[in-house]
Formats: sequence, structure tokens, C-alpha cells
Amino acid sequence: MPKLEVFLQTLIQGFLLGGLYALIGLGMALIMGVMKIINLAHGQLMMVAMYMAFWLFTLRHVDPYLSVVLVVPAMFLLGVGIQKFLINPLQRVDSIMPQNQIILTVGIGMVLTNLATLFFSGDYRSTPVSYATKAWYLSDLWKGSPIELSVSYKELVSFLVAAAITLALWFFLQKTDTGKSIRATAQDRDAALLMGVNVERMRVVTFGIGTALVGAAGCLFIPAYYLFPDLGGQFTTIAFVVTIIGGLGSTTGAIFGGLILAIFESFTATYIGMGWATVGRFVIFVAVLIFLPGGVASLIRSKKLGK
Amino acid sequence: MPLAVAALLALVPLLPLSSYLMHIFILVIMWSIIGMAWNLLGGFTGLVSFGHAAFFGLGAYSAGIVYQSLGWSGWWGLPISVVVVTLFSLVMGFVVLRLRGPYFNLSTLAIGEVLRVSAQNLDKLTQGDLGILIKQRSWTDKQNFYWVALLMALGTYSVVKGLVGSRLGYYFVAIREDQDAAESLGIDTTLYKTVALTVSGVLTGLAGAFYFNYMGYIDPKVVFDLPGISILAIMIVMVGGAATLTGPLVGSLVMVLLAEWVRSIPKLGAAHMSVFGVLLILIIIYLPNGLVGDFGKIRRLFAGKKAA
Amino acid sequence: MTALLEARGVSRFFGGLAALTDVSFSVEKGEILGLIGPNGAGKTTMFNVVNGFYAPSRGEVFFKGQRISGLKPHQICQRGLARTFQVVKPLQRMSTLDNVVASAYLRSKSKAEALAKAEEILKFTGLWEERALLSRGLPLGSRKRLEIARALATGPDLLLLDEACAGLNPSELDVSIGIIRKIKERGITIMIIEHHMKVIMSISDRIVVLTYGQKLAEGTPAQISANAQVVKAYLGETDE
Repeated sequence: MPKLEVFLQTLIQGFLLGGLYALIGLGMALIMGVMKIINLAHGQLMMVAMYMAFWLFTLRHVDPYLSVVLVVPAMFLLGVGIQKFLINPLQRVDSIMPQNQIILTVGIGMVLTNLATLFFSGDYRSTPVSYATKAWYLSDLWKGSPIELSVSYKELVSFLVAAAITLALWFFLQKTDTGKSIRATAQDRDAALLMGVNVERMRVVTFGIGTALVGAAGCLFIPAYYLFPDLGGQFTTIAFVVTIIGGLGSTTGAIFGGLILAIFESFTATYIGMGWATVGRFVIFVAVLIFLPGGVASLIRSKKLGK
Repeated sequence: MPLAVAALLALVPLLPLSSYLMHIFILVIMWSIIGMAWNLLGGFTGLVSFGHAAFFGLGAYSAGIVYQSLGWSGWWGLPISVVVVTLFSLVMGFVVLRLRGPYFNLSTLAIGEVLRVSAQNLDKLTQGDLGILIKQRSWTDKQNFYWVALLMALGTYSVVKGLVGSRLGYYFVAIREDQDAAESLGIDTTLYKTVALTVSGVLTGLAGAFYFNYMGYIDPKVVFDLPGISILAIMIVMVGGAATLTGPLVGSLVMVLLAEWVRSIPKLGAAHMSVFGVLLILIIIYLPNGLVGDFGKIRRLFAGKKAA
Repeated sequence: MTALLEARGVSRFFGGLAALTDVSFSVEKGEILGLIGPNGAGKTTMFNVVNGFYAPSRGEVFFKGQRISGLKPHQICQRGLARTFQVVKPLQRMSTLDNVVASAYLRSKSKAEALAKAEEILKFTGLWEERALLSRGLPLGSRKRLEIARALATGPDLLLLDEACAGLNPSELDVSIGIIRKIKERGITIMIIEHHMKVIMSISDRIVVLTYGQKLAEGTPAQISANAQVVKAYLGETDE
């Protein structure tokens, strides 16, 4: 049954990719929720993390999945730095256009991309790990299965690590004091301030966490994808499409958004053509803006209210 | 005063300038058109577009397709781009103008990118990544191109100035300042936002059509380019001064010259994007109203230095 | 003789919350109708429905005998209904004059006409001296009067004033009350939300009281202040 096979395979691939997309979107959603900032340098930050992982692999043979441990803290610090020195000063500025902070992040993204091109050249890079082609086949597990499905080792591990990180994030936000302070700041900045939350520090920490999350996503991506400086733009797009689908600022929504987008792209690639996947991304973006501007989060909210 | 400047500028091609310098002049003028167009929508009406490459590219391809597929002169692209871009703007406006704030900004970015990818994929129509090449450009030397560009820029300036000083100008700014208040004062915000979008788009499209005829070659990666066209348009207006009439002119001069200067430094070469990025960051933080808008601030800074 | 403005059974829900439930009232031409009620009673929501920012979930609104519920705010303004906002919304980076010119354009055919109308209105509201100042630099009293001036410049037959007197000191208050009285003298009908009891009682011809989104009472100021239910709604239980 080839048709069913193709369908299921596409679905599985989309789902696994969705875990990574969700991770990318989570960082942006968190930043958006707490700081009301749209960070259009998000993808470029991921690119930076990917280069870190690449060099760790090439120079020191660190497996990309393990490099998460090193890259994530580094990215956290980078995020904190950007927040403190570039984004905070902007708060005190008053000008004609309110979209200045978006433009600021665009500037940051441009610098990051260009520096990467200058230092690392535009060559395509990859991390050829030893298990690159290893995969699991359904026929191995289920001897008499009528269809054949395969899951590549890389895809599965990436998904599992992404899921683990997402779970850790959930735990952090729900159970720890810092996490709760962050959520409070996102819900109502002034109320949080009045309740003793150090809002300034929360903003800095959040940007750091958001950057760290996308940095982790970068490490998880590099085993399976080619790396080059202009890659950042694509991931920024993915990030904001995921957050729009999920609902601006909603971390739960971002998880759904990541899965939905990845599955949609997977189907577009399989059934319409590889080149059109990017267009599909934007089509779903515009469709969500028109038909469900609050994203998945608004669906969840209205279900709650309905009860 | 502007007339004197225009007259002086008209005389430039009569000077014995190198082809390269003439090219720079033409670029500055072309970018001033794009800047003024963007400023009308972004600076005056407050609708910040991250996708003006969509209009530029549409204009360029209106001319290119007409040349390639119909065999007409690429200059027919100018009037045709007006029709194409107007229709496009009306449809685009219907979809995106109902969105507020960042939703609007992101969707303009998305639209620019959709057009780029579409142009790449619809190669039967656009020749895809191969691009469209003019076998024989209208003129070999740059003089006439210069005068066409100058004429277009003067026209753009007059249109923008006229609009800003009229009822529409008040309405645009009212929409920018407080859309709800504007609605309550009887201003049909949807209508006027659409007008701003369409005029801005058409002017940019005309620049695109000119670009095709002047450069003699276009491809999707160039004319629908996000950093090279859309972001640069924003930069020009931010550096020069949003919501001012002369801001885009100053901005275009600064940015084009800066790009060429960086390109000429042997080590920096390809780094002009970084320089732009850094400049953008600095402008946003320290001179948010641009060189023209924050001119008072700049003067005080220098006056302070002199006094010390 | 049909009323100038008529609300029939207007309800407005937000998700599960009923901000307004089955409110009906009418405003007669030339009168000043006061709308009062404790905080959260739905007064501004009512204005938002009349003005067109929200469509009523149920019920209808009629202006000059024609249905306006469901129309957009700018269409309603064009028919002669203008409003001010409780939290003032000056067009901040425009001058005081330009703020009023922008609204005056609605009924003007040329810039000269709009400018002339703006001048007249600015003098009427006592803002002529401050005409060149950026509206965001104005003190609160002037900003409140600017709200009124802008609404007046659209040439309304009915003016909705949302707490136009809130936060004003006594002398500013007198000026504003004077302006409101002069507006009535021009033949413009007014509906006013106000918390200043003295203001409302002294200038209103009739009053409508809202609590929890429902109409509690309607009548002349004398009738309303004698109404025990109204007193209770505002002041809570008195010790009997």
C-alpha cells in the first residue's frame, strides 16, 4: 500500500521535525510574551549556535547532541548580552515609529549573518556523524507489517532531546520561582513589579533563555542539515510563523504551532514539490492571520471560557 | 529652494563624470524614490512595511516579462507596472491592512518572500533564477537614464509633498497616531490606509521597472531581496528621517555612498551589511528620528563639543 | 416625534461575560442625558456600542430614525454622532490645531475651510492660545478640552462625552461645564458619562442609571437622587 506508506511517512517526518520547530518557536514565544518584542534575529542566533556546534565537532570531535551542554549556556550569555546592551537602551528612546525594536533586531541579525560570512565564509558546512545514515525500520520491529516506514536515528534523537528540553522548560516555568516570576511578568508587567518581581532582570533572563532554546535547536539541527550563513533568515521565518500559529506569546501554542507547521510543510513537500514548501509556510501564515488571528492559544482560551 | 536643487541636479550629466560616478548618482536617485515611497506608508501613515521588495520586484518583472514574452520595449513596463502594482496593492491591502502592529509588519515580510519564491518557481513566466536579460539596452551611456530617474524622483517628491500637505496627509498622520480616534472622527481608516499602501507600492514599482531598463538584468534573488531591497528601504528612511520630506533624500545619499565606500576598502569588502547593521542599531538607539528629524540633536552635540 | 438616539434591548457579551444586558433608552433632541453608574457598570461599553466600535450582541441602535448598529465608527460619525474617549486620545505628534483640522476636514471641502472651522472651535473651547503646541505636551485639562474640540469639529448633532470632566481641578471643571452648556445652546444634543455627581445633577435634563450592565433607573435628576435603589447601588448598604 504505497499511498498509505507515503502518507504515514510524511506524517512521521513532519511530526519529528515539529519537535524542533516547536523548540525554535518556544524561544521566540517566550521573548514575545515577556518582553513584547518580536526578535527577527532569532534565526540568526540559531545559526550562530550551529556554527558553535560545527566547530566543536570539527575541532574537538564533540558530538553535536552533546555540544548542547556547552552551547546552551554560551547562547544564554549571548542573549543576556544582547538584551542588556542593545535592547534595553532602546526602551528609553522615543521616536516616530513604534516598530523600532523589530528593526533593531533586524540590524542585529544582519550583523550576525555578515560576520559569519566574513569569518566562516559562505561555504556549506556539515557535521558528518558516524550514525548519520542509521535508521530504524518498521519491518524490523513488526515482522509482518504490510507497509514499510523508517525513522532516521538523527531525526528521532533530535526529537527526543527537543521534547526533553521542552519538558524541562515547562517544569522550570511552572515550578520554579524564577519561572513563575517570568510568567507573572508576561501576564502583567506592572502587577509583577508591584509584587516584588525584578522585572528588569526577568527580561534579561528571558531573552537569555529564549536564545539558549534556539541555540539548543541549532545543535539538534546540524547533524541533519547543511549550514551556511544565510540560513538564519529561514529559521527566523519558521520561528515567527510557529508563534503566529500558536498565538503570539503563548508557549503552549508554540508547541502546537511547531508541530502543525512541520507537518504542513512535510505534506507540501511530498505532495506539491520541494520548492514550494517555503511558500506553504507563508500560505499557512497568512491563512492563520486571516482566519484565526489569535492562533491556537485563542482556541484553547475560548474552550476554557466556554466551559 | 527645491527647484534650484532640481535644476542643479539636471545639469550633472553635462559634467565630465566617469561612468561609475554617474552610476552612483543614478542609484542615489533611484533609492530616493523608493525611500520617499516607503516613507509615505511607514513614516507618515505608521504602517512599517518589511516587504517593499514585493512592489519593486513586481515593477521590475512587469517590465521584464513584457520585454521577454511580448517583445515590447522594457519601458512599457512603467505604465504596466502601475496597473499591476495597483491591483496587487488592493488585494494585499484587503488581506493585511486589517492587521495591527507586528502582525502587519510580519505579513508584509511574508508577502515579499512569497513573491520571491514564486518568481523563482514560476519559471515559465519569469525565467526563474535565470533571470531576464536585455539584449540591447536603450542607451549605452548613462545620461538619459539619469534624466529619466531624476524626472521620476521629482515626480515622486511632488506627489508625496502634495499628499502630505493635503487632507490625506492629515488623515495619514491621524491614522498613525491613533487609529481608533481617527475612526471616531469620521476618517475611513481602511480606505486611506489602502490609498497610502497603493501609492507607496506604485511609486516603488515604477522604480523597479526603471531598474530593469537601466541595469538590463533582473532575477528574483536581486529584485525581491529582503535585505538588499526591503531592509535597505527601511534603513534609508530611518537614517534620513522618517516622516520628513527630505529625509529619504539624505538617507539615500548616505546609504549608497556608504555602501560604495565600504566596498572599496580592500579588507572590509563584503562587510557592508555588517556596517549597515551596526549603523541601523546606532541610529535606532541614538538618532531615532534620523539625520533630518534629529538634526537639532546633532547640532547641539557639535555645539557642545565646540564650547568644550 | 422620534428620538434622536434610540437604544433598543442592547446586549453586549464578551465570551461568557455580559457587559450589557437588554438596555433600552432614548435621547431626545436638544437635551443633555446623563449616564451614570458604579465603575464597571457598562457605561463606556454602551458608548462603544453606540459609536460603532462594538456591534451589539443583541438589540439595535437607531440614530435619526435609521439603524446604525453594525456600522463602522467613521460611518456613524459621518451621520452626525461624535464621541470623546475617557482616556483621552490626542493625536500626539500633531499640534493642537492640526488635531482639530484633521477632524474639521470631515465637513470641509478645502484646507482653508477646515482651518477656519478649526479656528472657530479652538476659540470656542479656549484652546486658541495653545494651538501650536504638540498635543502630547498639553496639560490634562487642555487635553480633555481638545477631545471635545475635535469631536465638535466633525459637526455632530449628538455628542457622546465620556468622563470629559474626570481629573479636573475646580477651575478647569467650571470651564468645561461652561463649554458643555454652550454646546447645548448651539443645539447639539449631548449624552454624558460622568462620575462627578454635582456636575451630572446640575447639567443633565434626564439621567439613566446602569449597574452590572443593566438599566436600573431613568428619570430627572430629582427623581434619580430620591431613588433608594440608585443610592444603594452607589453607596452600598446604608446602616438602617
